[in-house]
Amino acid sequence: MTALLRTDGVSKAFGGVQALDGCSIEVARGSIAGLIGPNGSGKTTLFNMITGYGRVDSGDVYLNDTKITNLAPDKVFALGIGRTFQLTRVFSRLTVMENMIVAAHHKERAGRPGGGRVRNPFARAGGPATRRRAMELLEFTGIARLAGDRAETLSYGQRKLLELSYVLIADPEIILLDEPAGGVNPTLIGTIADRIRELNRQGTTFLIVEHNMEFVMGLCDQVTVLDYGNAVVSGPPDVIRNDRRVLDAYLGTAEADDDSPAA
Amino acid sequence: MNPAAVARTAGVVALLAVAAAVPLASNVTLTHVGVFVLMYVGATLAWNIFSGYTGYISLGAAVFFGCGMYTVAIITKHLNLAGGVVFALFPVGAVVAGLVAVPFGLIALRVRRHTFVVVTIAIFFIFQLMASNFSFTGGSAGILPPFLNWDPNTFDEPFYYTALLVAVAAGVLAWLIWGSRFGLQLRAIRDDEDRARGLGVRAMRVKLAAFVISAVIIGFLGGLYFYFQQEALPEFAFNPFFDLTIALMAFIGGFGTLWGPVLGALLLEPYLGYAQLQISNSYLAEVVLGAVFLAVILFLPRGILPTVGEMITKWRAARARRAATPADGHPPEVAAAAGSGATGGGGVR
Amino acid sequence: MGSRLFQALADGVLGGGVYGLMAVGLTLIFGVLDIINIAQGILVVLGSYLSFVLATHLHINVFLGLLITIPAMFILGIAIQWFFIRPLRGRERTSMSLLASYSVAIIIEGVLYQVFGSNFKQIPTSYFNSTVQVFGYYIPYIYLLGFALAVLFVVAIYLLLYRTQFGRSVRATMQDHTAARLVGIDVNRVAAVTFGIGVAVTAAGGMVYGSINAFNPNSGYDLISRLLAIIILGGMGSIAGALAASVIMITLESMVDVFWNPSWSVVVFYAVLVLVLVFRPQGLFGRREARAQ
Repeated sequence: MTALLRTDGVSKAFGGVQALDGCSIEVARGSIAGLIGPNGSGKTTLFNMITGYGRVDSGDVYLNDTKITNLAPDKVFALGIGRTFQLTRVFSRLTVMENMIVAAHHKERAGRPGGGRVRNPFARAGGPATRRRAMELLEFTGIARLAGDRAETLSYGQRKLLELSYVLIADPEIILLDEPAGGVNPTLIGTIADRIRELNRQGTTFLIVEHNMEFVMGLCDQVTVLDYGNAVVSGPPDVIRNDRRVLDAYLGTAEADDDSPAA
Repeated sequence: MNPAAVARTAGVVALLAVAAAVPLASNVTLTHVGVFVLMYVGATLAWNIFSGYTGYISLGAAVFFGCGMYTVAIITKHLNLAGGVVFALFPVGAVVAGLVAVPFGLIALRVRRHTFVVVTIAIFFIFQLMASNFSFTGGSAGILPPFLNWDPNTFDEPFYYTALLVAVAAGVLAWLIWGSRFGLQLRAIRDDEDRARGLGVRAMRVKLAAFVISAVIIGFLGGLYFYFQQEALPEFAFNPFFDLTIALMAFIGGFGTLWGPVLGALLLEPYLGYAQLQISNSYLAEVVLGAVFLAVILFLPRGILPTVGEMITKWRAARARRAATPADGHPPEVAAAAGSGATGGGGVR
Repeated sequence: MGSRLFQALADGVLGGGVYGLMAVGLTLIFGVLDIINIAQGILVVLGSYLSFVLATHLHINVFLGLLITIPAMFILGIAIQWFFIRPLRGRERTSMSLLASYSVAIIIEGVLYQVFGSNFKQIPTSYFNSTVQVFGYYIPYIYLLGFALAVLFVVAIYLLLYRTQFGRSVRATMQDHTAARLVGIDVNRVAAVTFGIGVAVTAAGGMVYGSINAFNPNSGYDLISRLLAIIILGGMGSIAGALAASVIMITLESMVDVFWNPSWSVVVFYAVLVLVLVFRPQGLFGRREARAQ
């Protein structure tokens, strides 16, 4: 199976810190891929490089074998890669529905035969089709009744769902989720996992960064481990769970393991 | 139409009717101050379309005011025009202001927000200095229009109605933009510009468009002001207080809201207008302006409309809470804004 | 030609040093508190008036008078920050603080007009009248002493920032407020004191400025607009940048003044600013930030 998304030897340094060091990963089409690793291993940086929030020092990123290295975020988004953030980024003063519409406008514009130019700048924000789709997605993620509320009134968990919703409205081929379960209550985590599975069944590929092992191991087909900016090992959850290198990455070297609590 | 919308529309119509009737009262002072009030309503609305919606505070609106003023002044003087025909030049002033806004915006909108404010101030000073130094702007002596022999008793009226038209047009424009795709993008930029860009919003284009629209309206008003005052002087055409005053009005009413600026202008300008006429000591007026601004920023930072809105929402919520049965377990939610049609599948809290 | 060039350079460098002092205060405030103190211009003028009063009514030597005005302005600075800046909260703190400081500025301006009127004043000091001859050009002592004072203060600020515990706190706060709090730095205190320092230097700047130029309350506008242009050019928050930009800009202005036309020199000042921003929005020494809010 050809990889939908691939990075090839991506390196990125910030001042003296080498965040990514020749990092190569692959995400198979139609899979749910996990990306784990200790803090500082470069997971979010990798996301940033893939989605254009920063320029790589070296290496390349491929989507369907097309090079997309260093493309601006909006172009990456337009090519079908959606992405959420660790600290949710939603438009606080806009309502939930308006958040959805902003994310959808790009699709609306692209759908027009005239191309880039908007015909009527004063057109009401969000046509009926967009709103319908938005409501569908909001129902799917379970926050539809908050549609008229301002995003800043949402709880953290609800904001995560909103972010997921508006990323979905663009119908991306692959979605990069940055810690979707972080700081969210257990019931909601279950809901999020269900939604991901459902979307995956419908054909969306996922790449998920997470620290919550239960979440990752229970959800992902393939897990890649990063350590010091490098992909150390990659494989199905069972294999990864018991791999020595993973334990090393998280807990330090083997000798110190004897008295330390289990991972 | 629901009762709230009907009430709102009726209110607006009534307000417009009152406004249109003011000159009929034949009180020259009232009409005179009225012109200023309406000018500020228009200017503040225009300023808010850019600064309020995008959150980029501009203290250079006076540049456009001055450009409009001088454009009309120079043409009037050059072609030796007087009377109603000069009114036809106001749109020319507006266009010139708009043209100036393009390079101004292209330079200024590339920097971060804090720097942006300062750049607008710097460009403002450049224009003020140019006006004082160039000969075609009359230098520090300014420009006076050819003699106008209108009856002093009704002199203000055409200006009043023109200003009213501009204020209404600005209001309609602000309202159209608010609900449009364009307006949504502006407001998204205010909340998280990078995220908006990441989602495909063409930030520079959108910001520049709002900037130019704002400039055009303010430029028109500048032209009007020239003929109203029958003079164009650098310190009044390019006056830092103009910027401060409209910023203050927008903040008092509710920065970034749709109607806040109108409220702010209506509240503040009558005071300022009268104060200017009565208080010969303009320095005292300065101190008061500064003090009022500080008070507003410190105690009412979101402005009147949002604060009152919040108070009403809280009051409604408290009332609803008291009415709900305690056995319910869940506190009832604050009523969602009209029009959401939420069907709430699988609620998660 | 040579002596005119020398005159222009001398005026520029020496004047630039003094502007540098005031600009350093402004950029320091921005770096630590993330706010733009628009009142800096009028505070310089206030400093000038204070020195003026001390010189004309109490006949105190202008440099000695600084022993009074500097602490006074320091306290004023702390008060302004404490009462009008610190309470500002919310996401648009920076814009609000700008408007708040602008308001403070016009209040001070109004009060100065009330007390002193609009007539121009200049601090009478022998340092202005007596000159020293250098290369055939007469430089008033005040220029040299003013420059020396500026250097003294900048060195003092540098030492404070890089050699003291407090200075470390300031630099930490400049980097990241939250992290600074986490290591036990009282960010509020640091902010207040920094603002106080930023304002205290205006006392010195004001004394020199008022000795060289005739001023009235309206002079605040010209000053603040130049200072703002200077710190943007130098890169906001960069002290080295503020100094470099001051010297460069004032020298440039001085050259235009001497070789072209005085009424254009100020316009050139701003035009250069605009040009630089077109090609390098972060200023000379600023870092190219990822576009944040």
